[in-house]
Amino acid sequence: MRVALAVLRKELRLELRTLESVPGMALFSVTTFVVFHFALHREQVEGDLAAGILVVTLLFAGMLGLNRLYVADEEQGGFDAFLLAPVDRTWLFVAKATALFVYLVVFEIVAVPAFALLLLGPGIGQALPELLGILLLADLGFAIVAALVGALAVRTRARDLVGPMIALPLLVPVVIGAARAIEPLLLEAGAEPVPVRWLLILGLYDLVFGLLAVAVFDPLLED
Amino acid sequence: MYGKGLRALSVATLITLTGALALVFFYASNDADQGFVQKIFYLHVPMAIVALCGFVAAGIFAIQHLRTRDARHDLRSYVAIHISLILAAGVLVTGSIWARASWGHWWVWDEPTLVSFLIVFLLYATYQPLRFSIEDPERQARYASVFAVIAGAFVPLNFLAVRLAQAYSHPRVLSATGGSMPGDMRLTFLIAVLGMALLFVTLWKFEMAAKHARANLRSLRRKLGVEEVPVARRTAAPSL
Repeated sequence: MRVALAVLRKELRLELRTLESVPGMALFSVTTFVVFHFALHREQVEGDLAAGILVVTLLFAGMLGLNRLYVADEEQGGFDAFLLAPVDRTWLFVAKATALFVYLVVFEIVAVPAFALLLLGPGIGQALPELLGILLLADLGFAIVAALVGALAVRTRARDLVGPMIALPLLVPVVIGAARAIEPLLLEAGAEPVPVRWLLILGLYDLVFGLLAVAVFDPLLED
Repeated sequence: MYGKGLRALSVATLITLTGALALVFFYASNDADQGFVQKIFYLHVPMAIVALCGFVAAGIFAIQHLRTRDARHDLRSYVAIHISLILAAGVLVTGSIWARASWGHWWVWDEPTLVSFLIVFLLYATYQPLRFSIEDPERQARYASVFAVIAGAFVPLNFLAVRLAQAYSHPRVLSATGGSMPGDMRLTFLIAVLGMALLFVTLWKFEMAAKHARANLRSLRRKLGVEEVPVARRTAAPSL
């Protein structure tokens, strides 16, 4: 656990000093909302369309984070240093997934208000607690899958391509769960209660992939 | 070692598949609702079942590979995914034809099983590009096995999520009750599944035998000191 905390501290300090991932993700998402405005030719969106735009934008912005996640370790010898240390390799995964989770939460603090301001028709105020809960569950699933797939992709020749290509189909259940759960919160007529089964799907996904990732992460870091 | 019994297996596969086709056309009654078109079901569903089992089997081989680091397990996993992918493409095509015939559209989104299948197909379609983009054969095998394990576990989870997301409209032929199929159709269906499974095993063994023969030939040539002509690599298949 101390190992994970140390690596996590390193990751966050690195991000604070270089500002490589989070600002890029935030800017990307705001630009994407503008693109959606012109592409759909809509002043405002609500309901399923709003949920879809929000989830897809967050997903693609998250892909930027996935692509950056291990690049420094690969290029500047972080992997070698970690392998030399007498510690369990799984902690690297835990630290990376946590770091990405933190990035996602921070960038959504910018992206979700920007979405509400730029595109969303109905007010977001009363639905905020539920929305936050759903987003946290979805972020967790995304962070787990991205930390695993990122490690798989970073040492391939076409890593920027291979990572998203593998991660997107794997994340379809998260997209389904998050978009369907968010949909009733963004209705013009006022927020409706969230069906519990979507939260269960998201939770189950997080659990299964969390355990799976811990089980299969080791062989990715052997040489 | 993989060549053993291959002839008997091939004959059995041929007989079962021919028998299944004969039953489909001459024995099983036409569906009261959809008529003759429904008969594509005897091809579509067995292919889907066998392809999914092939993916799961590839995941199990991959676990064995990760545990033992024996390259043969990686080869088994690779061949299983390869054949399952071909079957999966067949499933999508036949499913599309069936959808067109019975609902009038080539693609129907409110059909959870077909949509899940597409997602699984898209995921496994990245298996070959992943292998191609890793140079070191040992690392390639390791990463491919990790992928096969993740993807194998993803299959049931994905089916659950997509099914919950959409209203039922897919014919539920193998539901828990399962009794909606009359006897002649069920018999035909089971034989078609058996034939498809035999076809999978036969193709798998053929491919494995060929790969082993090639590896043996290469090592014999090396012993004889024959200069090997380097060929441009067109495949990411594991070499033993």
